[in-house]
Amino acid sequence: MKHPVITLKNVSKYYYMGDTTVKAVDGISLSIDKGDFVAIMGPSGSGKSTAMNLTGSLDIPTAGHIYLDGHNIAHLEESELAQLRGKKIGFIFQSFNLIPNLTAKENIKLPMLFQDQEEEEKEAQAEKLLALVELSDRGDHYPNQLSGGQQQRVAIARSLANDPEVILADEPTGNLDTKTGAKVMSFLEQLNQQGKTIIIITHDPDKALAHARTIYWIKDGKVDKITKKTGASWKEIKS
Amino acid sequence: MYQYIRLALSNLAHRGLRSLLTLVGIFIGIAAVVALISLGNGLQEAITGQFATLSADRLVIQNAGDAFGPPGAGSIAKLTDHDKKIVASTSGVSRVLSRYVRIGRMDFNKIAGFEFLSSFPSEQDDFDYFVESFKLEAAEGKIPSADERGTIVIGSGFTENTYGKPLKVGTSVTIQGKSFEIIGILKETGSFQFNTAIFMAEDDLKKIFNIENEIDFIVAQVTDLKQVDNVAEAIKRALRKDRNEKEGSETFSVESPLQALSAINTILIGINAVIAGIAAISLMVGGVGVANTMYTSVLERTREIGTMKALGAHNRDILKVFMTESALLGLVGGIGGALIGLILAFAVSGIASHALGGITLAVTISYPLISASILFAFILGLFAGTLPAIKASKLNTVEALRS
Repeated sequence: MKHPVITLKNVSKYYYMGDTTVKAVDGISLSIDKGDFVAIMGPSGSGKSTAMNLTGSLDIPTAGHIYLDGHNIAHLEESELAQLRGKKIGFIFQSFNLIPNLTAKENIKLPMLFQDQEEEEKEAQAEKLLALVELSDRGDHYPNQLSGGQQQRVAIARSLANDPEVILADEPTGNLDTKTGAKVMSFLEQLNQQGKTIIIITHDPDKALAHARTIYWIKDGKVDKITKKTGASWKEIKS
Repeated sequence: MYQYIRLALSNLAHRGLRSLLTLVGIFIGIAAVVALISLGNGLQEAITGQFATLSADRLVIQNAGDAFGPPGAGSIAKLTDHDKKIVASTSGVSRVLSRYVRIGRMDFNKIAGFEFLSSFPSEQDDFDYFVESFKLEAAEGKIPSADERGTIVIGSGFTENTYGKPLKVGTSVTIQGKSFEIIGILKETGSFQFNTAIFMAEDDLKKIFNIENEIDFIVAQVTDLKQVDNVAEAIKRALRKDRNEKEGSETFSVESPLQALSAINTILIGINAVIAGIAAISLMVGGVGVANTMYTSVLERTREIGTMKALGAHNRDILKVFMTESALLGLVGGIGGALIGLILAFAVSGIASHALGGITLAVTISYPLISASILFAFILGLFAGTLPAIKASKLNTVEALRS
């Protein structure tokens, strides 16, 4: 059966601002199964961004435990965590976050740079990924020479550079129009069909319902409900 | 590493103007150091060359006010034949020459110029000694004998441009209202004073300047080189006694040319120290400039740093990215500065050679110096970038992404 790639156990993240404590995430538990298409859904201010940072092992929780590929991230050194994260999770950001003075291809190679891969290997992988996102002829373009949709496709290619198990996409279509957004989503679906675990963070329930098979509904820093798709119907399960 | 260099280069190019301005600080420092040292040897040689024709076993007796100035100006007591006799009778002195150097008006081809006029000794024996010890040789014409009058020998530095028409052997020129025939043109000597001087018989020179019982300076040849200082003291004592002067308030000076040389060397070392100090300050400011630019860059690229961290960059990777950039700034600054320094050195040398006629200010390219300067700039850049790079590497990923 499927086993979880990422597990959050009763995870909380508090921010301290002067005398007040902001409970951005307050006791969330979730488990991301391998090969699943997960949506973390919630309105702005619900804590879903913090949830995403925790899910992506970008942030260390105030309380609770996060397991990435079976490792408790609290027990990892900074460099071990960076290494593991770079290998296991590919990130896609709402505003693409491409490095402006690197070409599309160099942007795609960047995550491989941090994994110390051979140059030929990187080159071949970058070419392959450019082809996958249908941008083979745009490899030498700089981000500002690409449209938003193209930039996000470069970002998708970049997220795949180290062949991660999980793609974590934070509002991947948030800065795109409907049509280009749909194309980006279809790429993510394709990747999911090829076996990648996809996690998207969104505030748009339609998007979540249209693409995901598991939806975590976040409200006030807690998981409000979890729904899973079986066949064509949605079923609520106990968190 | 290549990837990091590529990344750093594109980042620096991206901030073109700012990178360039940052580099200027390093340029100035390194260029100053390189130009200074490249010219230093040449400058020393050029100045030492002026004294090459003088030697350590010769003493020069001048009026006290005349040191380094044109003779005859501002002195109270004049040197006379009487003084010459005193010097000659001092033990340890083998030969005494009286010398005259004046600035006089020369007219030729309807152009008037002011030239250094120098005397040939009047005794044939002294004359030969003078010609031999100053290595005067005729390139054209000949060196006259001591008893010739109305003729001159000119230095090699007179070109066609000096008086509009070439000064050739056999040409007559007017000096201080009297006509003289050029009988010889000297080969170039190591001394630009000689190269731009006109030599004439002592009698002629005295006549055209109405000099009677007066000598511009007395040259005393010392028998034993080791006794130079003692002989100088003895001459001083004798002249003091004759003039009834107290030690410390003499109206004359007795100097070995090498003393003057060492004084000039001291000045040169002083000038070098000042320029080196300025270069050091400039380099320090340059380093601060690099640090400042890197800090700004870290602030501006916070989100980029966050992104790289999310993509799996370790803290040390981020450190490498920023250190590479600042080290490259240093390296490029060093290479550029060294080039500018060399260009500057050649330019100064060219201008000096042009403006000073006979003087040649040689540029010595020292590869160890250039490599050391570039290496220093590189290390400076690396050093200046350390703190900003550490700051960048320690940024919190989530906060960096949010910015």
